[in-house]
Amino acid sequence: MRNEVREEQLQGISASREADAMIPQGGGSGKRNIVAWLKRTDLVKNRWSYLLLLPAIVFIVIFAYFPMVGIIIAFEDYDPIAGMFASPLIGFENFRFFFSSSDWIQVTLNTLYLNTLFIGTGTLASLLIAVVLSELRRGWFVKVSQTLMTLPNFVSWATVALFSVAFLSTDGIINNAVSAMGGSAIPFYSSPDVWPAVFVIIRIWKGAGWGAIVYMAAILGIDESIYEAAKIDGASRLRCIFSITIPLIKNIIILMFIMSIGNIFKGDFGMIYPFIGDNSLLFPTTDVIDTYVFRALRSFTNYGRTAAIGLYQSLMGFLLVLFANWLARRYAPESAIF
Amino acid sequence: MPENKNNLQDKSAEIAAQTDAVSIHRKKKGLSRKSDRILLVIFYVFAGVFALLCLYPFYQVLISSFADETTLIREGYKLFPSKFSLDAYRTLFASDDILYAYGITIFTTVVGTFCSLIVTAMAAYALSGNKLKYRNAVNFFFYFTMLFSGGLIPYYILIKNYLHLSNNLLVYIVPGLLNVWNMFLLRNFFNDISPSLRESAMIDGANEVTIAFRIILPLSLPGLATIGLFTSLSYWNIWMESMLYMDDSRLYTLQYLIVRMVNSISAASSAGQSGLPTGVTSVPAYTLRLATAIVTIGPIVLLYPFLQKYFVAGLRVGGVKE
Repeated sequence: MRNEVREEQLQGISASREADAMIPQGGGSGKRNIVAWLKRTDLVKNRWSYLLLLPAIVFIVIFAYFPMVGIIIAFEDYDPIAGMFASPLIGFENFRFFFSSSDWIQVTLNTLYLNTLFIGTGTLASLLIAVVLSELRRGWFVKVSQTLMTLPNFVSWATVALFSVAFLSTDGIINNAVSAMGGSAIPFYSSPDVWPAVFVIIRIWKGAGWGAIVYMAAILGIDESIYEAAKIDGASRLRCIFSITIPLIKNIIILMFIMSIGNIFKGDFGMIYPFIGDNSLLFPTTDVIDTYVFRALRSFTNYGRTAAIGLYQSLMGFLLVLFANWLARRYAPESAIF
Repeated sequence: MPENKNNLQDKSAEIAAQTDAVSIHRKKKGLSRKSDRILLVIFYVFAGVFALLCLYPFYQVLISSFADETTLIREGYKLFPSKFSLDAYRTLFASDDILYAYGITIFTTVVGTFCSLIVTAMAAYALSGNKLKYRNAVNFFFYFTMLFSGGLIPYYILIKNYLHLSNNLLVYIVPGLLNVWNMFLLRNFFNDISPSLRESAMIDGANEVTIAFRIILPLSLPGLATIGLFTSLSYWNIWMESMLYMDDSRLYTLQYLIVRMVNSISAASSAGQSGLPTGVTSVPAYTLRLATAIVTIGPIVLLYPFLQKYFVAGLRVGGVKE
């Protein structure tokens, strides 16, 4: 609303400016007309604002749109000497190569499986923390525990991976505890099956407290009189949580969910690579599209094939964002992103 | 398209304003039922335990990094090691690697964050309000890059063959100058500043520059602090660029040293499992690893409590950030 009022005011101002610019039009010379027209265009009128935008636009053109043009590599037999625009085109040959190997199924499934796992467990954990913290009395306890819970979010994945070595190695903290209780040690760095669970736990440790902030803000925005009315009617705390809190923050949960669905094709390279690296024993469960592309980049010399995999991923990701948004429009219009 | 998002962010601004009022209400809410009291106790225990679990790895790594190497190997990780030693830190700082990496990382973070804040704030300010006629087109121009990307290979070729940034410190700084998401976050901050403030300043005779520096900038400080923290974290955590574009090990970042360290440990332990001799890769001593971990998180964790109040406020007003 505010913005609309403002727009009218601004239009008022610019209208008077336009009137100034139009005065010489009566003179009739073509050159003058062009000058007057230029003066009226937004680019000139707001030149200082556009100048402020210029560095960002140049940056985006170079670092985001130029690589999009570079997608052409995926259809080429890329020759580094000839460059991006002079290499011979070979149609879908690079894609055929990727899709005829069994790798693509494995990395695609791993990416989808791990991300689904992370989204599900992460949302639940954050939600649980938000609900619990918002039920407690505001005070030093909530403040301190929230600070501690958000702290791990600020440590890099690389550092977390190094921390984890102390816990996961064969003589690490977990295995010491396991053998103290009489169990046999788990060789984490050579057992692929345990890694999805390990990642889930580490992600909850690192991100759940941070993720809870969004939900907490939403919960604190709920009208307190609803709770009071429910209490008078004899509702228990648990009942209030499930019948008031959760339904009323449903929209933000759906919004966060939809935003993560859009990213489901993006493997969390920043997390997985520091932990797994080139340890091929763990690939069966942890190799995602991003780590596959990264390794391919470092080992193959065939850029065309690697670019084809990247394009497959980008395209699927893009379609998923559109799909997620369509879902949002349909089932929770307030949560649609565009 | 981003206007819908605006709505959400306006809502969360209201939420932030209500927060204080709500907490007063909650205090008044008495506790009556027994089952409710039990539930509350469970909640307190849950929150307390989870908070301690979040802290525990930091404590364990910190205290063990000061342990004596042989004691650590013999006794395993203890809550309180029986013998302390500073050897790990002495070894760590005796090698050039970590000092170079520290220098590179601090330089990258400081210069990068500074430049990035300028580029981001300029663009966000230009896009805020309804100044520009073509703002929707410009918004889409930025927004589209969040939905679709060319992928790693064209990007790699761009950096290496077209911009020739290999073995150049700029490769750490330049590609991180603008994060579109952060820019939109900051734009929403600027939008939340009441236009009447600006108009009254104009009536009092202030010009655009005065308004930008005396009104908009101070008011959006929480926003700038939030974005600044995110940006400095992403600069601090850079390592992939070291791996892909740097040949000279003196140009590596701190995080890349860590990634290499973890990967050598992981490779050695899986090699040990598959029957190969473990001595193939040289693996750093236990306490040295831990000391490295501590040294790399130091500055960020020390900064964090001071910035926390800003970014929590910042997040609530500015909207959601995953």
